[in-house]
Amino acid sequence: MLLQGKGAAALAALFISASAFALDRSALEKLASDDNDEKIAAIAALVAEGDPKAADVLKSAAEGEIELDGKKVEIVVNNRVRARIAEALSVLKLLSPDNAERHAAATALTGGADPAMLSLVLKARDAEQDPAVKKLLELATAAMQLRSEDKETRLAAIRALAGSDNKALLVEAASDADEDIKRAAQKTLRAMDDRLVWGEWLGLAFAGVSLGSILLLAALGLAITYGLMGVINMAHGELIMIGAYTTYVVQGWFRGSAAFDFYLVAAIPAAFVVSAAVGMLLERSVIRWLYGRPLETLLATWGISLVLIQAVRTIFGAQNVQVENPAFMSGGIQVMANVVLPWNRIFIILFAAGVLVAMWALLSKTRLGLYIRGVTQNRSMAACVGVPTARVDTWAFGLGSGIAGLAGCALSQVGNVGPDLGQGYIVDSFLVVVFGGVGQLAGTVYAALVLGFANKLLESWSGAVLAKIAVLVFIIFFIQRRPQGLFALKGRAVEA
Amino acid sequence: MSALTLNQGQTPVNGLNRGPSLFWRLYGVKGWLAIGIGALIAFVVFPVLNLLVPPTSALHISAFWVTLIGKIMCYAIVALALDLVWGYAGILSLGHGLFFALGGYAMGMYLMRQIGREGQYQADLPDFMVFLDWKELPWHWSMSDQFWWAAVLVVLVPGVLAFVFGYFAFRSRVKGVYFSIITQALTFAAMLLFFRNNTGFGGNNGFTDFKRILGFSITAPETRMALFVITALTLIGTFLAARWIVTSKFGRVLEAIRDAEARVMFCGYNTMHFKLAIFTFSAVLCGIAGALYVPQVGIINPSEMSPANSIEMAIWVAVGGRGTLAGAILGAGLVNGAKSFFTVAFPEYWLFALGAIFICVTLFMPRGVMGLLKR
Repeated sequence: MLLQGKGAAALAALFISASAFALDRSALEKLASDDNDEKIAAIAALVAEGDPKAADVLKSAAEGEIELDGKKVEIVVNNRVRARIAEALSVLKLLSPDNAERHAAATALTGGADPAMLSLVLKARDAEQDPAVKKLLELATAAMQLRSEDKETRLAAIRALAGSDNKALLVEAASDADEDIKRAAQKTLRAMDDRLVWGEWLGLAFAGVSLGSILLLAALGLAITYGLMGVINMAHGELIMIGAYTTYVVQGWFRGSAAFDFYLVAAIPAAFVVSAAVGMLLERSVIRWLYGRPLETLLATWGISLVLIQAVRTIFGAQNVQVENPAFMSGGIQVMANVVLPWNRIFIILFAAGVLVAMWALLSKTRLGLYIRGVTQNRSMAACVGVPTARVDTWAFGLGSGIAGLAGCALSQVGNVGPDLGQGYIVDSFLVVVFGGVGQLAGTVYAALVLGFANKLLESWSGAVLAKIAVLVFIIFFIQRRPQGLFALKGRAVEA
Repeated sequence: MSALTLNQGQTPVNGLNRGPSLFWRLYGVKGWLAIGIGALIAFVVFPVLNLLVPPTSALHISAFWVTLIGKIMCYAIVALALDLVWGYAGILSLGHGLFFALGGYAMGMYLMRQIGREGQYQADLPDFMVFLDWKELPWHWSMSDQFWWAAVLVVLVPGVLAFVFGYFAFRSRVKGVYFSIITQALTFAAMLLFFRNNTGFGGNNGFTDFKRILGFSITAPETRMALFVITALTLIGTFLAARWIVTSKFGRVLEAIRDAEARVMFCGYNTMHFKLAIFTFSAVLCGIAGALYVPQVGIINPSEMSPANSIEMAIWVAVGGRGTLAGAILGAGLVNGAKSFFTVAFPEYWLFALGAIFICVTLFMPRGVMGLLKR
């Protein structure tokens, strides 16, 4: 009895290995043939049993080599065959015990696959425990059934696909020879479009707010130095760049430590302090000799910006440096099927709002803010009542520069950090300030958001460069119609 | 160089109709003498030493120097043009690099067509169009094989753009820093536009690999020297024309606008017309300078339109001394001479030096080198 059982088991084992071998053998021969259709059939056959060994064979086949009877045989793999192999590998991964791996494989299959592998995918679907993967697999089977011979199956597949966002599959079906299928596919497509259009608009709005918040951060500092103090600081972009490099340095200190995720807690104040210090130094040494001579200030600060760029290039090298996001800022929230809001963008929007509130509080609630406003409105009167105007100038300039540093810290989280970082923002941020109107913050905020939105809206139908040009041209004309900006302080002077 | 302006004080400029003849109104004896010496060097000394003296001789002037000086003379024309609007009318344009580049592109189009079938692809179309798989010339390239049309474009494109832009800007009394910023935005927008391949101006790479101009090989020493002499001629012509303008009644009004525009308006002048005229004239000068620059340097690309370039032009004028024409030429020569020296000897320090020039000139030398010389 015992012996018999053992024998049966051995026999069964033999049978299984023999059958597997037999399958491998004929399929492998086909795989090595010259006919591409044969190869594709062979791939499906290899997978059909769900044999994990098939994965290794397919991987080597994708590289153009298989082992047949212990000999290496070279095979030609074109793009069609390669795509089938990739699908087959995904199908095999569906059997993996790892949840994430199955999820990735199922996602890859939602684009449709060779119907010959349907049975295995169906099996995997029925066995699936994880609801997310199961849902993906349902879409995947529907995508495969879309190409089946049976009309009812196809119609059911189209209905099932209504929940997905893959239009490409249905577009093919929408021009099908069969009227019913054609109509069903077109209807589903329309419904899909209606649903996706909201996502598109939401994504666009988010991109607009995101760009607006970045412009706002870049322009807020300028709103103080240029808008309130009237100093045209062409080195503002370089102060942003210094903030970004400070973030890079601080991040370097934290690298490898357990607290790496929280390096921004140190980097934000550091960026503020370093940029503010550089700004105050500039104000003391150069800018204060040029008050009231805006064109000279423009040239001198341009010179400063060149020196700063070259200094950073000398210290850190001309190449961009890599600033890593903390882990909690990578990834995003999936709010809709076709909209993912990246965390780093969300953080920057919140950060910009925070900086804005802090700046408003500083200007309207503190003594320094009172002094700054006083000096801006009437310098000599402020001096008469005992405001130390020269020192207030330095502090105000330091504040504007520090905010530029904060902008740099934020920018380092979404873009490249290089010596030329600031140059890209200087024209934009001046336009924001000029567009919004000199002399107060509300205009800057509105202008940044309007320009951010306009840029992204135009970008969606004309491309990035043309959108940028259109916005620039719009502002050029706008300034000519309304030189005082969107929100101008009323005054009676003939000349500002 | 200082001799150029020594006689300024003695030349009466007010009684325009009763004063000395036009010749003496422009410059005194020493001024004309200096111009004569400059002309002699450009028209006789350079050609002889470059073409007739053998390269082995110590006196030989190499092609490198001819190109370098020719290039700097083009910059000097730009500096003169900018000095007219900034130094005399008080309008700081940070978009003059755009006009310069437009003139260059207009000439570049002609030079591209002159390549003919000798390009890399041996096609009738310029190489970059073949690369983009274009089958025929876009509309704005029509007639670009005619030199006279290129010459018309060189003047017309910057001129019309400056006129239209200036009209809107000056009509709504955009001035001072505002004007600087929007001219900067203008050149920035144009740069982005020209960077696009689809705009039809060669994208990033612009135009290069020119072969000949008016049928002459562009690399031949004789052609180079001819271009050099024409540039020198244009520079002297511009110099005299600018001098004529600033010593005329028109020039006096410009200076008055610079110093107190509101008062000039209250006196009954429409300042817009004056500003528009000088701005347009200045843009045309820049266009011509650009057209002379491209065949000598052999390349034009959108980076010529970068805002940084235009600001650098302002510093040429500031270094030499705003409001003095000789100063503009001097400044262009000094800054670009220094640039050529630094970028060869210590490339990494050039930006430090340029930045320092910007800061020092504005802080310590508000009247530039001419101000120092006069003192």
